[in-house]
Amino acid sequence: MHELSIALSVVDLAREEAGRQGGRVCAVHLRIGALAGVAPEALLASYEMACAETPLEGSRLMIEEVPVVVFCERCEARRPLESLQCFSCPECGAPVSRIEQGRELELVALEIEQ
Amino acid sequence: MSHEPRLVEVRRNILKQNDLVARELRHRFREAGVFVASLVSSPGAGKTTLLERTLTLLGERFRVAALVGDLATENDAARLARSRAPVRQITTGTVCHLEAAMVQRALEGWSLDDLDFLFVENVGNLVCPASYDLGEGLRFVIVSVTEGEDKPLKYPTIFNTADVAVLSKIDLAEAVGFDREAALRSVEAVRPGMRTIALSARTGEGMNDYLALLEAALQSSRETAATAP
Repeated sequence: MHELSIALSVVDLAREEAGRQGGRVCAVHLRIGALAGVAPEALLASYEMACAETPLEGSRLMIEEVPVVVFCERCEARRPLESLQCFSCPECGAPVSRIEQGRELELVALEIEQ
Repeated sequence: MSHEPRLVEVRRNILKQNDLVARELRHRFREAGVFVASLVSSPGAGKTTLLERTLTLLGERFRVAALVGDLATENDAARLARSRAPVRQITTGTVCHLEAAMVQRALEGWSLDDLDFLFVENVGNLVCPASYDLGEGLRFVIVSVTEGEDKPLKYPTIFNTADVAVLSKIDLAEAVGFDREAALRSVEAVRPGMRTIALSARTGEGMNDYLALLEAALQSSRETAATAP
């Protein structure tokens, strides 16, 4: 369970950004790829703990889960991956190793109240 | 008077701090001409045994050292000291993975110029280490034959951040009814084209392939460093 470490990093980044902007953070928006190695539920559970006694206490964590998109060399096209257990093109079945999307672990936006 | 909250776009990588330290480490390793390989596996897959053999065998011809991550004990460092290579322990406490900054701290006071290979043994865990770049040149993910053929299917993310899959304890394959082809298919399913080596650190089977891969990686990293601007 490394989601608490991730949650602490989220809180640090959000505080830093909020300090620049001024105001109180009421929500934090993240994008998490299916291959980022982070479980959204565990992160939500850790977030409250990570916020305790910080200016972010009481803020909401909003997570957008990002599916994996691969590039199929045979089709020469981007394709959504159907399963992490099967890295092959959903159209032609060729093995795919080029990952175009799905590793994101990103703080996208903050909602700030004055 | 009430104000609607305003949405401020940020777009920052949450692990940026780790990635920056990892990048610094990678640069430092390249400058020093040391090749860094990390080992990840679940607890009990044989990382420490493999590392002990690696340090002993490569140590006959190269200058080798290791950093070993462990939650609580220093037993691994004591075991590895038998290889006579310099070994430092990183005790992570309750943290289930190594981070680049832990590697950086553990290297304080070490002259990397005096090394050819540095090995970094992660904490036994196939989940958490996947998110953290440690600045290594190659990441080996190790699965022992006693863990079953479908381990890659259960942990696709770690296989997608590693470079080489090692099937360890291959001397026990027959005793536990291990299906090597099925295991290779599992690796191929989650990471097509992934390099795979089956070995036994105890009997020595497959060790030559593994050591040859490391030597080739050292050579190619030094050639790249020499031609880089």
